[in-house]
Order: sequence, then structure tokens, then C-alpha cells
Amino acid sequence: MFRKINERIIETAIRVSGFAVIAFVILIFLFLLKDSLSLFRVYPLKAFLTSTQWLPISEPPTFGIIPLLMGSILVMVGAIVICVPIGVATALFIAEVAPGYLKMILKSLVEILASIPSVVLGFIGIVWLGPFLKTTLHLNTGMCGLTGAILLAFMALPTIISISEDAIIGIPRSYKEAAYGLGATRWQTMWRIVLPAASSGIIAAVMLGIGRVIGETMVVMMVTGNAPIIPHSILQPLRTLTATIAGEMGETVGGSDHYYALFAVGLVLFVITFMLNFVADISLRKSRK
Amino acid sequence: MNAAGIRQKIAFTILGLITLLVVAPIVLIIYYVISRGWSAMSWEFLTAAPRNGMKEGGIFPAIVGTVLLIVGTMLFSLPVGILSAVYLVEYAKDNLFTRLIKLSVVNLSGIPSIVYGLFGFTLFVVFLGFGTSILAGSLTLAIMSLPVIITATKEALEAVPMTYREISLSLGATRWQTVRYCVLPYAIPGILTGTVLSLSRAAGETAPILFTVAAFYLPRLPRSVFDQVMALPYHLYVISTQVPNMPAKLSFATGLVLIGLVCLMNLVSIVLRAHYRKKKQW
Repeated sequence: MFRKINERIIETAIRVSGFAVIAFVILIFLFLLKDSLSLFRVYPLKAFLTSTQWLPISEPPTFGIIPLLMGSILVMVGAIVICVPIGVATALFIAEVAPGYLKMILKSLVEILASIPSVVLGFIGIVWLGPFLKTTLHLNTGMCGLTGAILLAFMALPTIISISEDAIIGIPRSYKEAAYGLGATRWQTMWRIVLPAASSGIIAAVMLGIGRVIGETMVVMMVTGNAPIIPHSILQPLRTLTATIAGEMGETVGGSDHYYALFAVGLVLFVITFMLNFVADISLRKSRK
Repeated sequence: MNAAGIRQKIAFTILGLITLLVVAPIVLIIYYVISRGWSAMSWEFLTAAPRNGMKEGGIFPAIVGTVLLIVGTMLFSLPVGILSAVYLVEYAKDNLFTRLIKLSVVNLSGIPSIVYGLFGFTLFVVFLGFGTSILAGSLTLAIMSLPVIITATKEALEAVPMTYREISLSLGATRWQTVRYCVLPYAIPGILTGTVLSLSRAAGETAPILFTVAAFYLPRLPRSVFDQVMALPYHLYVISTQVPNMPAKLSFATGLVLIGLVCLMNLVSIVLRAHYRKKKQW
């Protein structure tokens, strides 16, 4: 009898835990929405989405998300252009070319990179990469979009490499054997057969990489110069969605319009990453079939 | 050698060079941090509180804060994470509810850390009234760590052969008894590996603790779970951006301690995995 009750309690706890996971996503969405709506009661949604100025402490304030969105997109595109080709090439090398012992070493190095905290990379950006880029490219400041893009590319590499590698390894042997049987070299097989066959896995890797880059906060806050203006080039200081929240939250008064505006920015981030992950999940499923 | 062979040689060389371009900076960064930070490393640095506007002294309160946050995160995320993975693998039928849970796990893993920070602030700090505290910070980090723990536990449970469950059920054991005595014990190594890994991530995160727990400067130890604490990643952020004329070697040494802590946790997870893999019998 006692055992039966015990079992009931445990099984309820298991079900509740399963439910809690859904509840957290819904709660996060609702709490962001609740505070965002407080902004839109006094500040029109249309202005938030279309105004080209982010001037939260001027009188009257303007909360235009465009400059921040542009900052995020510019850094993201820069990072993706750098890290996707490099990441896929590295994944090919690890999965298909490197001998066993080298494979082990390379994979552990990539794991080490994945575990370096972002604040440490931001620090490296301040003391080394920023000044280095400033002198080599003759910039006004090293704290600019490019510094952020390079560091973010570096941070997204482990995600891109490991997921692409899984996709490459997961290709049925028979595909490759058929190509070899027709006289193709290993490289021809990799280029014409393996890469196209792994494409949906690689697309998922790119999506998750983009998600990682868009959501990264500390690195961009530390090295991109924190200028909330529409950037005309990646060599200018700029500011991303994430850095705006992290940088301004401490200075706002709870319950002010500015405070609620930061939640609206958070809601935009939530929606963007939600969609990216959704698409990535679909292509991962496709690649596993 | 024919043209295709030469092309292959060139292609492989290029792939190798690109790989070198990826791994060389990793080694360089680690070397750079160690070589610049080592000179400031001392017993005092590890065990004293910061002094003189953080430009002297040590980082002891930040180390304690980070360790407390790791423990707090584990207390909250481990039970919920393991139980929900048990639900997904052992109990769930293939219905809408199950698909929703899976979708939620995917989405939790993609939410930016700063959004977790915002959420933690509005729910735990403001709405539930915990204030900026260890409790609020641990809860925030715990929700963020859930997806990794769930995914790792799920994989570990799925790897236990179906026959174990069938034999146990055929002997008249209930579902929970089967899970408790015939499945979980064999899945523990995988669960531990995933847990330690996710906690090492949590230890290095800055954005979620910015508004939920981290103290700018607090040279004493916390007295209760409702106290603020300093934390290593936030401390590194503060001294490298907010403190003028900060001696660089102290920043490097702080970074070194942080990397060391995270790598130590990763090492523990690798050793655990290797140890249990040797004992595995199926």
C-alpha cells in the first residue's frame, strides 16, 4: 500500500517535470510579452519597429529597434561569412581526411574552444584583437563590428563543426562506395557526393550557428563599441540587440518606458531565435532520415 | 600522378590549412592567458578579497560565488532535468504533449542567455520578490541548463537495451521499479557527463547573472541565499571594462582561474565517461 502511494508520487513528479519544460518556454514568452505590452500601451508598435533612432534617454525618447537590429544583422552576417566555410572545411577534414590520432586531438581542441567562457574571449578582443585590427587596418578604433564578427565566428565554430561532422559521418557508406566503384577519387566523392548528401545537416548547423551568434551578449558588448546608430560598414562601432539589453538594463528605473522597451527588444530576440531553432530542427530531422 | 590526383592533393592541403587556422588560435589563446596570468597567480590571489578598487588583492569572493551558483544550479536543474528525460523516454506516448515537450527542449536550448537574464529578473527578482540573490541567479541558470541535461539524460536512457526493461517487467516489477532498478543505474554515467558539462557552461555564463545575482564589488561572503555574490565571469567583465588603470595581469589571472575551473569540470566529465565506459557490460 505504502509502496503504491510512493510510486504514485514519483510518477506524478515525472509528469510534472515533463510539463514544467513546456511551462518554462510559455512563461518566458508570457513574461516578455507582458512587459513589452506595457511599452506598446504608451509607445506605438509601429514606431518601435520602423523608427531609425534609438534614443532612450532623450526627451521625448525614441525607441526604434532598426539600428540595433541592423547592428545584430551586420555582425551576424560577418560572423557567418567567416565561420561557415571554415567550419564546414574543418568538419570535412576531421571526418574524412585526418587519421585517427589527429582526429582525437582536433576534436578535443574544438571541445576546449566550446568551453571557453565568452567573457574571456571578449577580454582577448579588448586586449589583443581590437588593437591588432586597429593598427593593421588603420581604423579609428579597434572596437568595431569586425572585431565582434571575428570573435563570434570563432565562438560559433564548435557548433558548426560538430553538427556538420555528424551530418557527414551519418551518410550511408554505400553512397561513397558507389562513387569509388565508378573510379572517383576521395576528393571528388567528398565534393560531389558527401557534401550534397549532408546538405540538410549543414543547413541545420548554419541555422544553429546563426542562433548562437545573434544571442551572444558579452563578446559584442565588450568589443563592438556600443554605438546605437545605423552602421554603414562593419568597420564602424555599432551595437546589437543583446548588448543593448545588457548595457542599459542596469541604468533604467523599474517600470519606466525605457525598462519596458528593453523587454520588447528581448521579445524580438526570443522570436528570432525561436524561428531559427524551429527551422534547424526541421532540417536536422530531414538529415537523419 | 593524374590531374584528379593532383587536385585531391591540393584540396586536402587546403582543408588541412583551414583546420590549422581554426585550432592554432585556440592553442594561442590558452597559452596567452596562461603566460600572462601566471605571474599574478598566488595563494593570496586565490584566497583574499579584492582591495583598493579591485586593483589589488585576490578574487576569493568571486570564486566562492561561482561555486555557490554551480551548486544552486545543480540542485534545481538536476531533478527536473532527469525526471523530464525519464518521462520522455520511459513514459511518454507519441502524442501532441510529447512533441510539445521535445519542441520546448529545442527552443530552450536556443534562447539567448541575455533573454534568460531578463526573464530571471522579471520572474524571480521582481515578481516572486527574491531580490538580486543567489536563489534568483541559480534558478535562472538552472532553467538555462535544462536542455543540455535533458538531452544527455535522454541519450543515456535510450542507450540502455530494451531487454533490460522487458525482463524486469516480465518479472512483475512496476514501471517505476523497472526505471529505478534496471534502467537508471546503467544510464548514470551518461547523465553525469551531460550534467557536469552543462554546469561548466553555466559557470562561465555572464549574461544571465548580470541582473539576477552578480555584485559589482562585495568583499565579503554571502550569509544567506538571498544575498548577492560576486562571480568570476562577471568580475572579469567588470575589471576589464569598468575599472580604469586595472593591472592587466590581474585580469589575465582571473581569466586563467575561470578557464581552469571550466576545464577542470570538463576533465571530470571526460574521466567519468571513460571510467564508466570501461565497466559497461553490454
